[in-house]
Amino acid sequence: MSPAPRLSPGHKLRFDQVRQAWVLLGPERLFMPDEPAVEILKLVDGERTTHAIAENLAARFDAPLETIQGDVDTMLAELAARGAIKL
Amino acid sequence: MTDFPPPLGLILEVTHRCPLQCPYCSNPLELERANAELTTADWLHVLDQAAEIGVLQVHFTGGEPLSRRDIVELVAHAGGRGLYTNIITSGVTLDDKMMANLMRAGVDHIQLSFQDVDAAENDFFGGSPGAFAKKRAAAERIRGAGLPLTLNFVVHRGNADRVTRMIAMAEELQAERTEIAHVQYYGWGLRNRNALLPTRAQLESSTAAVEAARLRLSGRMVIDYVVPDYHAARPKACMGGWARRFINISPSGHAMPCHAAETLPGFTFPSVRQMSLAEIWHNSEAFLRFRGTAWMPEPCASCDRREIDWGGCRCQAFALLGDLNATDPACELSPHHHVMHEALAESEASAGTYVFRRMAKLEA
Repeated sequence: MSPAPRLSPGHKLRFDQVRQAWVLLGPERLFMPDEPAVEILKLVDGERTTHAIAENLAARFDAPLETIQGDVDTMLAELAARGAIKL
Repeated sequence: MTDFPPPLGLILEVTHRCPLQCPYCSNPLELERANAELTTADWLHVLDQAAEIGVLQVHFTGGEPLSRRDIVELVAHAGGRGLYTNIITSGVTLDDKMMANLMRAGVDHIQLSFQDVDAAENDFFGGSPGAFAKKRAAAERIRGAGLPLTLNFVVHRGNADRVTRMIAMAEELQAERTEIAHVQYYGWGLRNRNALLPTRAQLESSTAAVEAARLRLSGRMVIDYVVPDYHAARPKACMGGWARRFINISPSGHAMPCHAAETLPGFTFPSVRQMSLAEIWHNSEAFLRFRGTAWMPEPCASCDRREIDWGGCRCQAFALLGDLNATDPACELSPHHHVMHEALAESEASAGTYVFRRMAKLEA
């Protein structure tokens, strides 16, 4: 089964009213994710698997599952390497 | 200039008081006294304004921020306004009660500093017997409360050979993040530069230790590494560039682009008692003075790295050259880069005694 990613301890995804943008805040760091990354991060809850996240996005954005799965895995692996996500 | 992006971070030096006396302290030589500090109401007003103008993270530092009696109230207020709260502490007063209160206040993250991985050296350097054991206990409290843990080690000639052990201790304490930060030479650090500067061999071995640990701990621990300017070929982008990301507020309420800026001559840093944060960020002379690239002399003005390092550090240019408008001499393109080499040579020839940080004696 594919892993169920969660935000690392001390990380928070929140909408910033001033910038009108989502931000991922962590210990002495922050990320300004682009729109596709925001859609992925909103589905990261420690329960959904990476596969379930890709299926959800493929259905909502009417896109091929394989492409979306690749994007989801790449984005989450990158954030995991930077310590913001636990896979 | 009102369309300049809002600040990302607010650094609150809520007090200069501290139970430790580290000779590399970045606080100014002239420490502010308790009776000069902003009131609770002042700080709460600053936090409200910060949230309104788009600050995302608040870093409570000092001095020792836990020395402020109202620290729990300030953290709770910041969190309530949606600000991410970070406390940068020595940990020696972080007992069970304080930990519980901070958790109730909703603190997001605590960074805990160690002076060394060796207990005796740690306690000598902080000038505080027993500090190491208290810090270890604080680390366990932070983890036990379920918070992510960042350990900070400040590295200098006296402990640079122990970087591998520092990271091993961070691993043992289950830190998510470790800062291996070479001393930055401001305030007391500059005062003690001759005793603190690492040799090039020490810098190279500490860099190798960090790189090896990063490979080994990838995905488990983030290691942030800060190098000293003195062995560098290019300057650091100090604070991410003057007044581009941060507002730093001193204990008495002076707003500055960085904590060392009060060493610069010819500046009046606006007080948060008299000016709004928005006005300070967008319109104050002090913040606009070195923002961007228009102020730059050569070789910065035509350099293709001018929007990468932003000319380096203004405080360092003034401290080492007496000219706050000059290219940071840490840059090898600076005509004055030789002062860095001279400082290293002077340091290597020196006996290396420390002046410990303390408040100046009150005049009788």
